[in-house]
Amino acid sequence: MPKRTDLKSVLVIGSGPIVIGQAAEFDYSGTQALRVLKEEGLRVILVNSNPATIMTDPEFADATYVEPITPEIVEKIIAKERPDAVLPTLGGQTALNTAIALDKNGVLEKYNVELIGANIEAIELGEDREKFKGVVERCGAESAKSIIVHSMDEAFKAAEELGYPMVVRPSFTMGGLGSGMAYNAEDLRRIAGAGIQYSPTSEVLLEESILGWKEYELEMMRDKNDNVVVVCSIENFDPVGVHTGDSITVAPALTLTDREYQRLRDISIAVIREVGVDTGGCNIQFAIEPDTGRVIVIEMNPRVSRSSALASKATGFAIAKIATKLSLGYTLDEIPNDITQKTPASFEPTLDYVVVKVPRFAFEKFPAADPTLTTTMKSVGEAMALGRNFTEALQKALRSLEQKDSQLTFEPVNDFEVPELVEKAKTGTTERLSQVQRALLGGATVEQLYEATGIDPWFLDQLQLINEIAAEIRNAPTLTEEILRLAKRHGFSDEQIGKLTNMPEAVVRGVRHALGIRPVFKTVDTCAAEFAAYTPYHYSSYDEEDEVELHAKPSVIILGSGPNRIGQGIEFDYSCVHATMALREAGYETVMINCNPETVSTDYDISNRLYFEPLTLEDVLEVIAAEERTGGVMGVFVQLGGQTPLKLAQALADAGIPILGTSPEAIDLAEHRGAFQRVLDTAGLVAPKNGTAVSFEEAKKIADEIGYPVLVRPSYVLGGRGMEIVYDEPNLSRYIANATEITPDHPVLVDRFLEDAIEIDVDALYDGKDMYLGGIMEHIEEAGIHSGDSACVLPPITLGTSVIERVREATFAIAQGVGVRGLINIQFALASDVLYVIEANPRASRTVPFVSKATGVQLAKAAALIGTGVTIHQLRTAHKMLPETGDGSTLPMDAPVAVKEAVLPFNRFRTPEGTVVDSLLGPEMRSTGEVMGIDKYFDTAFAKSQAAANSALPTSGKVFVSVANRDKRSIIMPVKLLVDLGFEILSTGGTAEVLRRNGIQSTTVRKVAEGRGPNGEGTVVDLITEGAIGLILNTPSGGQARGDGYEIRAAATSVGTPVITTVSEFGAAIQAIEAMRQYEWDVTSLQEHALKLKAAVDA
Amino acid sequence: MTDHQTTSSNAALLILEDGRTFRGRSYGAQGTALGEAVFATGMTGYQETITDPSYARQLVVQTAPHIGNTGVNDEDAESRKIWVAGYVVRDAARRPSNWRSERSLDEELIEQGIIGIQGVDTRAITRHLRERGAMKAGIFSGQEAARPVPELLAEVNGQASMEGARLAEEVSIDAAYVVEPADHGWEGEPRFSIAALDLGIKSMTPQRFAERGVRVHVLPATATLADIQAVNPDGVFMSNGPGDPATADTQVGMLRDVLDARMPFFGICFGNQILGRALGFGTYKLRYGHRGINQPVMDRRTGKVEITSQNHGFAVDAPIDGVTRAPEERFGRVEVSHVSLNDDVVEGLACLDIPAFSVQYHPEAAAGPHDSAYLFDRFIDLMAAEKQNPGTTDAADVSKAPIADTDTTVAVASDAKEEN
Repeated sequence: MPKRTDLKSVLVIGSGPIVIGQAAEFDYSGTQALRVLKEEGLRVILVNSNPATIMTDPEFADATYVEPITPEIVEKIIAKERPDAVLPTLGGQTALNTAIALDKNGVLEKYNVELIGANIEAIELGEDREKFKGVVERCGAESAKSIIVHSMDEAFKAAEELGYPMVVRPSFTMGGLGSGMAYNAEDLRRIAGAGIQYSPTSEVLLEESILGWKEYELEMMRDKNDNVVVVCSIENFDPVGVHTGDSITVAPALTLTDREYQRLRDISIAVIREVGVDTGGCNIQFAIEPDTGRVIVIEMNPRVSRSSALASKATGFAIAKIATKLSLGYTLDEIPNDITQKTPASFEPTLDYVVVKVPRFAFEKFPAADPTLTTTMKSVGEAMALGRNFTEALQKALRSLEQKDSQLTFEPVNDFEVPELVEKAKTGTTERLSQVQRALLGGATVEQLYEATGIDPWFLDQLQLINEIAAEIRNAPTLTEEILRLAKRHGFSDEQIGKLTNMPEAVVRGVRHALGIRPVFKTVDTCAAEFAAYTPYHYSSYDEEDEVELHAKPSVIILGSGPNRIGQGIEFDYSCVHATMALREAGYETVMINCNPETVSTDYDISNRLYFEPLTLEDVLEVIAAEERTGGVMGVFVQLGGQTPLKLAQALADAGIPILGTSPEAIDLAEHRGAFQRVLDTAGLVAPKNGTAVSFEEAKKIADEIGYPVLVRPSYVLGGRGMEIVYDEPNLSRYIANATEITPDHPVLVDRFLEDAIEIDVDALYDGKDMYLGGIMEHIEEAGIHSGDSACVLPPITLGTSVIERVREATFAIAQGVGVRGLINIQFALASDVLYVIEANPRASRTVPFVSKATGVQLAKAAALIGTGVTIHQLRTAHKMLPETGDGSTLPMDAPVAVKEAVLPFNRFRTPEGTVVDSLLGPEMRSTGEVMGIDKYFDTAFAKSQAAANSALPTSGKVFVSVANRDKRSIIMPVKLLVDLGFEILSTGGTAEVLRRNGIQSTTVRKVAEGRGPNGEGTVVDLITEGAIGLILNTPSGGQARGDGYEIRAAATSVGTPVITTVSEFGAAIQAIEAMRQYEWDVTSLQEHALKLKAAVDA
Repeated sequence: MTDHQTTSSNAALLILEDGRTFRGRSYGAQGTALGEAVFATGMTGYQETITDPSYARQLVVQTAPHIGNTGVNDEDAESRKIWVAGYVVRDAARRPSNWRSERSLDEELIEQGIIGIQGVDTRAITRHLRERGAMKAGIFSGQEAARPVPELLAEVNGQASMEGARLAEEVSIDAAYVVEPADHGWEGEPRFSIAALDLGIKSMTPQRFAERGVRVHVLPATATLADIQAVNPDGVFMSNGPGDPATADTQVGMLRDVLDARMPFFGICFGNQILGRALGFGTYKLRYGHRGINQPVMDRRTGKVEITSQNHGFAVDAPIDGVTRAPEERFGRVEVSHVSLNDDVVEGLACLDIPAFSVQYHPEAAAGPHDSAYLFDRFIDLMAAEKQNPGTTDAADVSKAPIADTDTTVAVASDAKEEN
């Protein structure tokens, strides 16, 4: 039964901006889906507000709408495009929720659009906790037992049945207020007692605790003929209690017998049938009581999920692609397995390796946040590694994280430290793995740690094994072949071995190579070598037989960007993918190295060969060696994957490996402050006054000289880590005191901070002769907020031609002075009409995808070709990759306006006291993702960007205004405008006075400190929490982070009210509100924008 | 802590008949183990695998890299002992971890004198066997490993080939026994009784019948029609088992007697090959066989795919498309009811004029998925139909019914009982 013939066009809903819990994996799945739909000859329509995705590349769909993913906008797209079907199962929860809304409000019926991939009933059965419990019961399986009580008597009676500990959840309270874990009767009295009071229905749910149980997940697929397969089993290293996204996870499951595994499989099949997911994938989570084997079904996702991406990469089974084909009516046996070519997709992958995924966190960006890991996901990225055993895979995964101390260390642990380590390990934190391993090192037993953590003794024993081998390495009189092979077989890096033997890493590597100990590369083939594999998807292992086949042409190697983190996310993967696509098209044989399972770059058919490997020097050198011995290497691209590969440039060059594009020397010129200053001097450009300090005295001297405020930061930072604006000496002193590890090697940089400057970002291409300026972005917030967190607009809306010309000239001078071959990103600040150069990055930047989408020009592809010697002139003429004339600095007046807005994760984090962390923006980047709003004019483009970033601006209602003294003057006109538009203004104290003196009526509300009024009048925070306020303007006073402002922002973050923290953004918001009240939003595809732009250029 | 490293006392060698040699460390008992090297791709179920009599005289290479993690328990063995002639693994568990574990696999192997090797590149061995076919091999450990390789290779090549090996009688039982439904959760009187020929039967097979209310008389491989008639069964079953089906003339002859008597018949694995031969088809040796628990098979009647458990090195040579006249013409028409989706190998036969059918794979699973458990019901339906209308039924009658949707639920429920 081949595919359905009644479907001619399909609308795919993407997942929107990258947020914690919904990240790049949905670009990977969405991109696969689009490719399948196009191959099948359907007209493909896409909506996704995230410009940093491959899926929103215009070539992947017939109509690409970079518009907010809201039911209203999607309805407009449906009305305009009239698709036959909507595919909502590949865009995460966002897509699924949007589809449910479209069904509920009758849009699907109105336009006669069918949902494919999953039906509404199935989605609801899978997502609704109560309904799902019924499903589980009907399948003959168990959910966690729970009892609803209304009194303490009932609670104690229930406790007899459930046993302690148990989860107490008051019904209908906001954000889980009053929930807790009761370990004994006293706890129960306290928590449930309060809970009955909190609950508006005096109702409390008591649930048996499954904390500490073994946790598993099965990835399933089902077709319309009811064929079901398990794609992958995943076992969590961390037991139940830590979100699976925050847990170290392992595939396949390693501690189940076949009977136990088959029972999970049987339940999964029964559940997928009962729920009715009939053309696609789902995952099901289980908890198993470790002493009895009792199985509890935790939950299911009736869609492609984060785990699906992991399972795809772990097994080679292309879940998203196959799910899409199933939604078109194919059955599993009709779909070939791409890897073996000869066998069908109706089978279950079997692995002859172990896969370990480790999460990457960003708690350092949120110092106030509680780093305890709970059932709310907090990690921002992940790394995956494959090895021929668990120890090898685990240690590779840990070094893939690229974080200081992410690799296990083996300094001796004193006896007295052990009890503390064991105690600490009881709580899930980012430190738990090392606490457990070090406790074992100090002599704690596997049993003790199992008792404390619930981590399966088999895994604990593997850590013990790693410790034993570390001891053997340390005690070995010399590094013999045998000891080195043993170490490598269990995943030790040259660096770790070096530390254990007091040798530099390079010496260890030299010895190892001299002894001929090199990794081999195995193949991920879905079938444990039962059939030959035709897709070169490789991973390294210290085993016997290498499987890399000879290649005819020397390879071009692209280094990816590693795990997603704040400051280095999907945007860099975008550039890597574009590079490999352009290079393949140009006839090169490309090789991708990366370790991030969430990405498109780690799909096995994106490059000619994929090596799923850590991006450390050692691992990269071994891949290069493998490529060299099988056909040669033309060179390596380091400028596309962000700082990760850029850091390796010099070492690779030192090893004699050709670097394609910008040379390591040029990189150095841009990265070293002194050298870069000389480049600027030569070009006659200025940087803000600055200096370098290694002590408070030095810093004070510099600050006194250049004047406060100053921007202080550690040297060599990424994403503005540790960066702060300091307004006076006491705060400078505090910063220096807190900034650890200031040494002559790691000084603090002190820059004059330009207040009220306009920040400008530029991405450009340079080939040694010509420049192509990709785009000029004008930041909406003033300088001082990290460019990654700041909204920006392209083309610039307030910069005159003369400024643009100066930016252009400066960009050219810097690109030439540094000696770039490919992409360069430069940040400028315009203050008092002086153009300052803030910094230059000789690589693809975070904004490359945004600029490419906004202007319809593929910058990363062009950069890749420049790296192979193609000139900009050729790109403009023969290649047609760049416009024949003009560039991003000469966009016509009626070019569309694109606004990029950052998406911040504040609502994910809580302080140890349970309050939200502050949402104030600053020079340290904290956003996880971005959206783009694009329209004819700035006002609507900005409005769309706000709606897409999940905090739509209000068009009527109440606006709360409270600003710092320096901003009072500049808010009068905008606030007046709001009043004219019919908004009610609320304010406190000083702001209210200023407004009144200017004839603006505002309602004074109570400050937090004043508390509720005599008649119960709420404070501003109460009003926000009640949802009475539609928009908040709160600008912080210099240097002071806490106080009322914090309370206001925190309350707004909790309930999702838009908060504006700068006056400049306030102005933009008011323009947007005006436009929203005046015009109905239109939806326009990127393809339409491109046509209009071309017409404008031609005209 | 030298247990991580190779020493003269734990050295081990795996030598294949073409001379390819892998060096590792001994696992389980030490000494010499000879047999046919085959690979098995299941990620779970090593205890069931090593105790499956079909692996007699084979050196089993596990492609799953970690073996022994869940230890050995007293419930999961598929027969009275370990049958593999030798065991090849990459990383053997240092300590088992599972709530049902009674002892470590290492201990069990030593206890039963099974010689193994660990620390070898099992993927390289698998690729070699895939490309060159299953072949003679030997594991040599301890003092044996110190002998000159040419001498060991000669020993490897000196062993008898699997082709032409007659092993069913060797692994079968001496005396008949009965598996009662009441012992497997069946309440009430047995519905049917069958005679099951043990050609290397796995214990899950009679259990699957018993759970469904079928009393199973397990008989030795040498049982005659008279022996079968003595227990007055409603149907006859032939199990899986090791060796070359071309050597099973005794069983083939006996099965012809059974078919001539119009007794309902169901065969699994070796039993499928015997039905094929009884009908007059040939059998042949596959290059490297099917050994895993992820094998897709299509039930051609329903168009549905089953993920099956398989362990076979030989297969039936029958035309896979359409209805064929059995070469032994008195048995009428036959069709290939099940096919491997990986390589089109015959995975099941259904007779259209007599009540007999068989599958090449393992519906009893253990290890493996429970997708095919419906076949036991199919046989029960066949026996029921034959009882009602003697002499008129055929295997096609009962297999037209769609696969029962409730199968998985049943399996879940019954497994739950086992584990409590």
